[in-house]
Amino acid sequence: MTDVDHVRPVPDGAPQGAPSGGDATRLSDLLRQAALGDEAAFAELYDATSARAYGLALRVVRNPAHAEEVTQEAYLDAWRSSTRFDPARGSAAGWLLTIVHRKAVDRVRSVEAATARDETWNRETAPVDHDQTSEAAQASLEAARVRNAVATLTDVQRQAVELTYFGGYTHTEVATLLDVPLGTAKTRIRDGLIRLRDLMGVAS
Amino acid sequence: MSDMHKLTGAYALDALDDLERARFEQHLAECEDCRAEVVELRETAALLAETVATPPPAALRESVLAGISQVRPLAPEVRRTAPDHRAGAPAARGRGWMPFLVAAALAIIVGVGAMVTQPWATDDSGDVTKLTAAEQVLQAPDAEEVFLDLGEAGRATVVRSKSADKAVITTEDMVSAPDGKAYELWFIDGDTFTSAGVMPDVADQTVVLDGSAAQAAAVGITVEPDEGSKQPTSDPIAVFDLTEAT
Repeated sequence: MTDVDHVRPVPDGAPQGAPSGGDATRLSDLLRQAALGDEAAFAELYDATSARAYGLALRVVRNPAHAEEVTQEAYLDAWRSSTRFDPARGSAAGWLLTIVHRKAVDRVRSVEAATARDETWNRETAPVDHDQTSEAAQASLEAARVRNAVATLTDVQRQAVELTYFGGYTHTEVATLLDVPLGTAKTRIRDGLIRLRDLMGVAS
Repeated sequence: MSDMHKLTGAYALDALDDLERARFEQHLAECEDCRAEVVELRETAALLAETVATPPPAALRESVLAGISQVRPLAPEVRRTAPDHRAGAPAARGRGWMPFLVAAALAIIVGVGAMVTQPWATDDSGDVTKLTAAEQVLQAPDAEEVFLDLGEAGRATVVRSKSADKAVITTEDMVSAPDGKAYELWFIDGDTFTSAGVMPDVADQTVVLDGSAAQAAAVGITVEPDEGSKQPTSDPIAVFDLTEAT
């Protein structure tokens, strides 16, 4: 699947769901240049992806200072492991955001493990308003496409996918939160993602 | 379709705990269909980030760029021994990683001599001390041991000598920690965890735990980031109850 730049004009008549090979190739090239030590290429990659990376980290960890740390760690990891990136195995943006998500989830889970013993720590559990998105995201056609695809999921699929991806909960925790058997939670998560994959035209 | 195949979605969303993740990565190493599906579902998941895009503070850019200027990208992986060398995905490490049976702290007497198997062959990390130190513990007259049969994950024995004030862990056929993680050893006394070092990623080894062992009530193993942690960031996956030692 293509990379999705966060503000990318799409000419009229562009095939919906078709990968925008140009952007994906550009980011992939930047990452490969970075692997050769090209810091300017990495800066360009940062500029093209940082809103998504930071927004994702922020959504998962919620605390802006933590989100910055997570994002920075993820980019440093991406720089270090840029030599291991294989464009045949997915887009540069997908690869990078996988790193960001993993770090964000590790952060919320380790914060919970570390503070579970600390009675003074009070987890913020208020649900985030799903419609509250940044101006940049609102402006993005790609974001609109993703949102439209998400809207076609069943409510229970959407809930399961969002609790895991944005909430950072494990599938076992999601099953408990939703009071459904683990097998049901697994199925909702996978079926929801598969539906999104098909709607968004993601293919490996 | 086995149950494992249904975990592709949860895995792609980082929704498995460390144990499940390790088990699934072991499955991934052998299941091409799941590998392909995970790649697609990760790409799909990453698209969701589009809907929450938020410009970061400008200072972050400077921090990132200052950071990378001080680090060299890793050497590329030139040894391609398995079809699963994806960055950001489970590396093909040969063996996956399986859960320990935490509760099954059954003390069984095991022939100590038989437990010391090729301990140093592949390790140069400095995390372990010399065999002589291990032998001192293993052969101490007051050596007491706790053996855990970890099922498919292998077997491990902790031997402690109060007179030597040291403990040793011996593993047999132990599966690797999850990608990017390592096993860290701890002395446990009540609620206090004291790090006893990070275990090398070796299936069969004997490791002398760092630090004083005489007072420990138990030895625990947690899964931590590769470099280890000062305090556990997750619950122990195995606890060797030394008060049950024989």
